[in-house]
Amino acid sequence: MMRAALALVVLLAFAAAAAAAPSGQPIRIGGTLALTGPLAPTALLHKIAGEIYVEELNKANGLLGRPVEWVLLDDQSKPELARSLYEKLITVDKVDLIIGPYATSGILAAMGVAQRYNKVYVHHSFGMPHLAKYEMHFPTAAFGPEPNKTVPTTVFDAVAATSKPPKSVAIVTSKFPSAQFQSNGAKEVAEKRGLKVPLYLEYEFGTRDWGAIAARVKDANADLLWIGALGLDGNQLLEAMKKLDYTPPRHFHLFPAPGPLVAAPDGKNALSVTVFEEHPPFMNNPGAAKFVPIFKERAAKANVPYTAIETQVGGSFAAWQVLEAGVTATKSLDDKAIGAWLRKNRVDTIIGKLRFDGPNNYGDDLFKVKQVQDGKWVVVWPREFTAPGARLQPQ
Amino acid sequence: MPSATLLGQAVVSGLLAGGLYGLLALGLSLSWGLLRLVNLAHFALALLGAYLTYQLGTALHLSPWVAAIVLVPAFFGLGIALHLLFARFRVTEFTSLLVTFGIAVILESVIQWFWTADYRRYETPYASASFKLGPVFVPLLELFACLTAATLALATWAWLRFTYVGKALRAAAEDPAIAGAFGVDHRRHALLLSGLSAAYAGAAGTFIALIATLAPSQIWAWLGVVFAVVIIGGLGNPVGALLAGFLIGMSESITMAVVAPAWAPLVSFSILIGLLIFRPERV
Repeated sequence: MMRAALALVVLLAFAAAAAAAPSGQPIRIGGTLALTGPLAPTALLHKIAGEIYVEELNKANGLLGRPVEWVLLDDQSKPELARSLYEKLITVDKVDLIIGPYATSGILAAMGVAQRYNKVYVHHSFGMPHLAKYEMHFPTAAFGPEPNKTVPTTVFDAVAATSKPPKSVAIVTSKFPSAQFQSNGAKEVAEKRGLKVPLYLEYEFGTRDWGAIAARVKDANADLLWIGALGLDGNQLLEAMKKLDYTPPRHFHLFPAPGPLVAAPDGKNALSVTVFEEHPPFMNNPGAAKFVPIFKERAAKANVPYTAIETQVGGSFAAWQVLEAGVTATKSLDDKAIGAWLRKNRVDTIIGKLRFDGPNNYGDDLFKVKQVQDGKWVVVWPREFTAPGARLQPQ
Repeated sequence: MPSATLLGQAVVSGLLAGGLYGLLALGLSLSWGLLRLVNLAHFALALLGAYLTYQLGTALHLSPWVAAIVLVPAFFGLGIALHLLFARFRVTEFTSLLVTFGIAVILESVIQWFWTADYRRYETPYASASFKLGPVFVPLLELFACLTAATLALATWAWLRFTYVGKALRAAAEDPAIAGAFGVDHRRHALLLSGLSAAYAGAAGTFIALIATLAPSQIWAWLGVVFAVVIIGGLGNPVGALLAGFLIGMSESITMAVVAPAWAPLVSFSILIGLLIFRPERV
């Protein structure tokens, strides 16, 4: 009797598992990432995030009960190649859905292809909203429609709330499109707020020698240094300034590689912006508690030096959440139906609630100000999002 | 108008950055000028040297200078092995472009496979060290790189100018058949020079690890400016490569200080184009 009961329990468990496991033809989602080339360091994080999402999806019920296959190609950090590969994914590989590549130029290049074939185009790292005119693109880089105004405003509000608000800002920016766009906006916002801008410099993406730029920043001696930095630009500029025996009173980095800035001795009190950090209230967002430990483990296995989740990984995970939400809600793979649903509904993601009903499908600017404190990034502004016990330093 | 201190600082920064350009250009100039091999893999070797310095420093806590003592002879051997490969397949000046490009791509993939595409930064106490000379700060690491470049360039020049092997190498580059008729064993000398070029790449790699950010794609970041330095300095001319490095480094730095950083990359190529127009016989 006992054996029969046990056998029944096992049978039921198998049946339940079989019912939950996805079956049938896989749903193929195509996309590219910059797996090689200058954008590869950050694209690697997007790859890990996407792989985890698809695995977890398949461990559950897949999409519409079918398993999901991510057809991922390497665009080599070249926008023109990204465009061709999306054409291939849609016309040759005949993928069911697409998901965007990494970084503004690649996303913009592939957007034209998505538009030509009327594909829903969810992407995670586009920094120039005014250029995104396609009605079925859905961004999870939650900058809002005017990041050139809102992002600098958030940053200047944060430092203005300290006991020594800055009176002057030196702006040094990469000519990488999104960094230049937002840094140029920072100049306008600063001037409108009555802040002096004694220095505005643009440098080429891939600059090697920072000595002369550091000398000009030192000469300007502003209260706040805004670096329209990509990757390690900010680290190298801080190091070059230290060689001139100069440390800016406050320094802000737009798109830094988060790990090296935390590890660098000069990175103390560095400011940046984020949509997700590994502390409350962000850890209460949907998917965060489960995803964070898995990502850390997987990133460590992949030999990634900094395994904490922040803006890039958060945005990437949110893109998959948005795509899943659209498919699940419409119970279909029809791009038009998914697109129409996404435009009308909010999606609750790891980085917060996203909406796509504003100008160029952008919703709210969800970016907050974070700072390197005690060897880690913590959100310090706005106050309702600050890490427990954290305050912007120096006060 | 920039202040005198700013200008002075720009000159010093440019001069020292130019030293590193010269160091990277040294091996490339020798193999191109004297072996007739345009070795694009030179940049990959330099970055491999940088990653190995980083690895030895972070994993085994070896000082970068000890790492250099290990790496430079190892790279000498690697250079000889590469040249044996080129000789085996009779690689010519033109085909060397394709072959060494392929080797560079393979090395880039190997680097990415081992160290991932993520950024690596070798944090050392030397990174921010500098001393003051009047109103101008002189960064120590860059100064050391520059002095190393100058020492190697002068020593190589003297070796080529005054020793039998050096003269034989120059003669073989000029006319291999006649040099051979005079008993010059070009094959052995070429192996030596190839090893030396790769060893210089290894030495440059040590400084790149200490000064710059490491990412696999950085292999290509130096290509344009170092090619300009090699051509402006004259093929197979070590002192020329060093002086051209100084010229380009200072021009870029002064442009950054006086005009705008975004204009700096134009400078090296403008100088190169000017040279090709007005002194084509130099190339």
